[in-house]
Amino acid sequence: MSIDPNKFSLFEKFKNTQFYRSVFRTGVPVVSHRQRMMIMLNSVFLHLHPVRLPKHAVKVRYTWCMGGLSFFIFLVLTVTGILLMFYYRPTIEYAYGDVLDLSQQVPLGIMREIHRWGAHLMVITVWLHMFRVFMTGSYKPPREFNWVIGVCLLVTTMLLSFTGYLLPWDQLAIWAITVGSNMAGATPFLGMNGPGSSLLSIGDVNFITSVSDARFALLGGRFVGEAALLRFYVLHCIGLPFIIMIFMIVHFWRVRKDGGISGPT
Amino acid sequence: MMDAIKHFINFIAAPKILFNVILLSYLIIFPPIKPFQIIHNTLGVDRLWTKKGGIFIFSLMFLAFGFGLTDPNFRLIVLKPDNVPIVALLFLVVFFLWFALTQAKANDEAIAKGGKPKEWAESREKVLVFPDLVYIEFIALIVAAALLAVWAIALQAPLEQPANPTVSPNPSKAPWYFLGLQEMLVYFDPWIAGVVFPTVIILGMMCIPYLDKNRKGLGYYTYQDRKMAINIFMFFWLVLWVFLISIGTFLRGPNWNFFGPFEYWDHDKLEVLNNVNLSEYVYMIGLKQGLPSNIWLREAPGFAVLIVYFGLLPAILAKTAFKDVYQRLGVVRYSIFVVLLLMALALPIKMYLRWLFNIKYIVAIPEYFFNI
Repeated sequence: MSIDPNKFSLFEKFKNTQFYRSVFRTGVPVVSHRQRMMIMLNSVFLHLHPVRLPKHAVKVRYTWCMGGLSFFIFLVLTVTGILLMFYYRPTIEYAYGDVLDLSQQVPLGIMREIHRWGAHLMVITVWLHMFRVFMTGSYKPPREFNWVIGVCLLVTTMLLSFTGYLLPWDQLAIWAITVGSNMAGATPFLGMNGPGSSLLSIGDVNFITSVSDARFALLGGRFVGEAALLRFYVLHCIGLPFIIMIFMIVHFWRVRKDGGISGPT
Repeated sequence: MMDAIKHFINFIAAPKILFNVILLSYLIIFPPIKPFQIIHNTLGVDRLWTKKGGIFIFSLMFLAFGFGLTDPNFRLIVLKPDNVPIVALLFLVVFFLWFALTQAKANDEAIAKGGKPKEWAESREKVLVFPDLVYIEFIALIVAAALLAVWAIALQAPLEQPANPTVSPNPSKAPWYFLGLQEMLVYFDPWIAGVVFPTVIILGMMCIPYLDKNRKGLGYYTYQDRKMAINIFMFFWLVLWVFLISIGTFLRGPNWNFFGPFEYWDHDKLEVLNNVNLSEYVYMIGLKQGLPSNIWLREAPGFAVLIVYFGLLPAILAKTAFKDVYQRLGVVRYSIFVVLLLMALALPIKMYLRWLFNIKYIVAIPEYFFNI
């Protein structure tokens, strides 16, 4: 793009201000090799990436973009989740009504839709990302441990989705969580209906009862009620995002430290 | 005519039949043993992993899906807002399977001719991340955001009646990504299907990089260089995970009974369940006597089966079918590998035992909630 130096341009003037140059240190337009490198190095967000990559690594047919999309959808879910928290109160009196209001009273109320479909989409993109990593053999040395971190991320993603499932407090929610959490009651040794639970006792005193087993710990009660809603809300909004972010930091760091994206040797 | 086709599809969609169809297709497409490799070669399954093959697969899928949509019962279940992602998942999984294997086939052919995979030539050339990658990411991000926005406007997030602990919907289904586990509940007790299996699945996935000692096939799509790993992976991913989720989502109705894709979800459908435990088979049918009152004696046959399956079988396999694997992996890795594999195979084995002999439990000690 050629710029006529005699033509008056507000943008060109603006680009020479102290303010503009303090924000975009690299300068615009980006024309030189050096500038292209400096953009990557100067930006806190972009410097997650290396400056240079082998050509196969930028091809969609190799990466499927699924890892990046998982992260992007995670960000979308964080933003929409924060917006939803403005309206939502995690008590059995208010929860359902608040969700109803979200779609009926809030202008342009599609945040819940984006959040819910985004959650489904993130589970799918995470699975497909793992599928790609497997098909390219990218878990092989030296990236073994990053695959293990990835499995942790998969589990946390599904737990996030699972805890979020309860929050609308409708029939679908409590019964899906009832089905899911009943499994915890069957945990060997630690669940009331699990094998070996009666072994954890002294004389007649049984330690694993309906108010002290794994299911109770998950729900904070003997059934899916007020305490379970609060627990799932806290886990969904604070606990699990905190954990998944730590795993993500390690995951991204290790991608770079283990030699960048996989490629043929 | 239409009804006859629908009737036929309903019939073959029953788990007993569909699982066999899926298992057989898996064995032919990803042949783990020689006889199936021969069928694989004669049928020329590899031709699927080309552009023409892709067109064939997708025409078939869209045709089947389009035909299904003409039926009200099929529409009801497939177009339910919460089931839309699973329909999308099915198409995406098939697409990416084709996409990966098509590239693998091209690379394998190049390698067979003494060449290098396509990725190899490309990886010699370096590109700058800005703008080459940043722009691709930017476009992917816009597309994903647009997709989500359209999806959110088109389909309202479902909200059912307010929660009521006294009225349980029938069927009560877990979130869709757990439906594979819920489907296992038909064959195993909750402590296995809901606790032991998920734990083993997670640990088993973490073990993959340490069990696969094949150093070939890193950083490029290939099938021939890591046949065994891919065959095993596909069994878990396609047969035991995606397929079971689809069954649980689309084909399980009230009382977790099976319903064909074109069948009305009748709440009064009755299915006769007369399942028998192994101990009852041995003592009451085999030895024509009552069950012993001693639990250990009663369940001795079941424990014997378990000891043979998990104790003896790995050793026998190490000497026979898995001789090379054993030598490659060493004792520790081999033991972990074989136990994981046998646990996974326990599911189809239990399915067949149920369908053929109505076996309920191998070991049944309901006194201690210990049923296998």
